[in-house]
Amino acid sequence: MAYSVKVLEHYENPRNVGSFGKEEEGVATGMVGAPACGDVMKLQIKVGKDGIIEDARFKTYGCGSAIASSSLVTEWVKGKTLDQALEIRNTQIAEELALPPVKIHCSILAEDAIKAAVADFRKKKPE
Amino acid sequence: MTDFADGVAPAVNSGAADAAAGALSDARFAADHFALFGLARDFRIDTAALERNYRALQAQTHPDRFVTAGDSERRRALQWATRVNEAYETLKKPLSRARYLLAELGGESDFVRNNALPTDFLVAQMELRETVADAVAARQVETLESLRDERALALRAGYEALAAILAAAAAVADSQRTTPLAQAADAIRRLMFEEKLLADIDDALAALDE
Repeated sequence: MAYSVKVLEHYENPRNVGSFGKEEEGVATGMVGAPACGDVMKLQIKVGKDGIIEDARFKTYGCGSAIASSSLVTEWVKGKTLDQALEIRNTQIAEELALPPVKIHCSILAEDAIKAAVADFRKKKPE
Repeated sequence: MTDFADGVAPAVNSGAADAAAGALSDARFAADHFALFGLARDFRIDTAALERNYRALQAQTHPDRFVTAGDSERRRALQWATRVNEAYETLKKPLSRARYLLAELGGESDFVRNNALPTDFLVAQMELRETVADAVAARQVETLESLRDERALALRAGYEALAAILAAAAAVADSQRTTPLAQAADAIRRLMFEEKLLADIDDALAALDE
């Protein structure tokens, strides 16, 4: 399968790989999985006191498109409020990475990961 | 590839095993995959009967047998050959067989988008994949081998549990199937991750062997 240039770029130089320390303030985690391909994706966001996402980390076990989608998302959520982050759509991810139809589910997974991370944050800090 | 069917006691009902020699009727064409091969509609199948009846049907429908036949007969044989291959491929592997049976019983058949996976399961899957990645990086073949054996056992246990759930679903009326079918879908979803994990471990071992 031919990957787009952008997918390859994120795949070869993934942004923000890893995890935040367990003790760090304002960290929330979204865990999602795609049964169809067995992919597992973890997205962490670090939210400042002002409610802005300061930083993000990801760890993904899956194909190049899944890795690129999560890498891209860590860049996109930075500087956004939680509500703004929730506005990111899988279609935007798929378009940015030029994902073929069979890989759309990777972008869906990344969108779901954002939702899961935000939900985790709100569960921890109900306001 | 791990096949749950290996080593599992064959289904008691192998009396229908020779149904494959029967006629290529329209009714049979429209039947479910299990009936096509003369098998009971159950997750536990007699794999020997499946193989035998597949070969028999394949021989009956092979295009070589219809070289001198008319257009419509040739087309019909081709449709049959396609039907037989698709059904065989679906029933051969336990995961696709389970998904097919779930759909036949009226259960969920879309596994592309579903986040109904508990976080603890996903965390455990993530950790298993980290263990594999670490073992590959350190070229620890023994670690990978013991992990493969462990996961293969877990996979088998998962299929055993799924077989019981599917049998329970089939045993009750449609209106009472909601719970067992949801349980079956959940079990299948987990097994899809386990199959992928095991395939990854096998790939890693093959790569380290080179």
